[in-house]
Amino acid sequence: MLDAIGLKSEEDLIAYLPSDVRFDKRLAIDDGKSEYEIVDYFRARSAETAVGYASFLGAGVYNHYRPVVVETVVSRGEFLTAYTPYQPEISQGTLTSIFEFQTMVCQLTGMEVANASMYDGSSAVPEAAMMAVRITRRDKVLVARTVHPEYRQVLQTYTQHQGIPLEEIGYDKKGRLDLDDLRKKLNEDVAAIIVQTPNFFGLLEQLGEMKRLVAAKGALLVVVFTEAAALGIIEPPRDADVVVGELQSFAISPSYGGPYVGIIATLEKYIRQIPGRLVGETTDAAGHRAFCLTLATREQHIRREKATSNICTNQALLALMATVFMTLYGKEGLRELAVQNLSKAHYLAGKLPLRFDAPFFNEFVITANGRSPEEINSKLLEQKIIGGLPLGRFYPELTNCMLLCATEMNKRSDMDAVASAFKN
Amino acid sequence: MSYPENFKYTKEHEWVSLDGDHGTIGITDHAQEELGDIVFVDLPKVGTAVTKGQTFGSVESVKAVSDIYSPVTGEVSAINELLQKSPEKLNEDPHGDAWLIQVKLASTSELNDLMSAADYQKYIGAE
Repeated sequence: MLDAIGLKSEEDLIAYLPSDVRFDKRLAIDDGKSEYEIVDYFRARSAETAVGYASFLGAGVYNHYRPVVVETVVSRGEFLTAYTPYQPEISQGTLTSIFEFQTMVCQLTGMEVANASMYDGSSAVPEAAMMAVRITRRDKVLVARTVHPEYRQVLQTYTQHQGIPLEEIGYDKKGRLDLDDLRKKLNEDVAAIIVQTPNFFGLLEQLGEMKRLVAAKGALLVVVFTEAAALGIIEPPRDADVVVGELQSFAISPSYGGPYVGIIATLEKYIRQIPGRLVGETTDAAGHRAFCLTLATREQHIRREKATSNICTNQALLALMATVFMTLYGKEGLRELAVQNLSKAHYLAGKLPLRFDAPFFNEFVITANGRSPEEINSKLLEQKIIGGLPLGRFYPELTNCMLLCATEMNKRSDMDAVASAFKN
Repeated sequence: MSYPENFKYTKEHEWVSLDGDHGTIGITDHAQEELGDIVFVDLPKVGTAVTKGQTFGSVESVKAVSDIYSPVTGEVSAINELLQKSPEKLNEDPHGDAWLIQVKLASTSELNDLMSAADYQKYIGAE
């Protein structure tokens, strides 16, 4: 076979891999083991290093409970192996579940129309920016520094090649978007201002005042969320023109970075500018209620370079996980979940030196006095506790600060251990 | 459907009729037939500048979205509100009630290099 493609050895197949990414050592496992023994060996090693840890890490990916029935529903063959529902006559099940998803996203966000899901929260942000640019026919976008740093990097990746200048708005001493800085930078060239709530520091932003300022200049307000659980208790961002966010909190396993599922939702008047898949409700030839993909002429497989986006699919299976989760919990369950998160986080925060004095949901920033956040995390790791995110990596001015998150999954004893680690 | 003699036609299947220094622009019967059932018409705002040969809006059918190119240069003086509510009228009466926009022309001489009704019919016959 190597001969057939003109190569000499198996090594040639991977010759293109740079040497600095190659694992050139030997695996630390003895030769001559059977497959069973090898599997057993790794199972034992992982039980030592990956099991039984408490986590206080948030920062865009959250540790929430995944109800067992979510797996039961999504592992049904009809859902697990279904393809995109291009043929409505054989896909009513898939289409119905996506329609339910879209409806729930609207209810959650206070918007009028939502699409069938985005790849993740981070890539939904530039999509909203590009929507605003198309709608307003202006090209500049302002983004708050309190939006997740990696979301801002993804935004930059898209906008730098689309001729969309980006400008950041700083935060005030309460850790929220600086309204004075916004007033200074807002003008008739601005298509949109992008703000996150709860923001990266866990604080709730003041959307009402932002909306007034933004609307007065004819720009759009794009609201981002990374922690969907917050929407169980905070007001839906009805002031927004576009809402984008991440639903990983709703039964999506953290999975070392993905896959996740994003959402985009907006007002009905902007429906033709929304990217991605849309499922619509209609009636079939016999007059029965039915669902089908709709407004496909916005999409790139039809409109090509004039399409609203190059997104060409959705995260159907993960969107279904979130749909099952939202169905199970319902309005009251989501509120209860949010209350538990709020209570736990405030219990823990009450024992620690808070950096910002403003209302927060389940994340907050603390100042590590005396020792570095990294040192504190090392001490916590010895007790099988994963501490928060040291902020110096993304905010050099907050090098001695840490972002902590407490969810319904955190035990009081672990929270007390974290509080102690900061005292000593 | 007949192609009015007093209209001028473009290769992109638009028509324009003249009234003093105002032009009315629409798409031809041939265009609406090729597009199929029209579901949405995207028109510019009154006051927008249009340029000969450049797009000023689009017509969306169930199977495609087609850009509309302006046959003239000028300023949009009116848009057809009827099409916002009833885009299907564009299939029914493309040469009459379902005109798209009216434009205050920069110069009427731009119409000179457009096709006559007879030339246009020959053009679509050959397509």
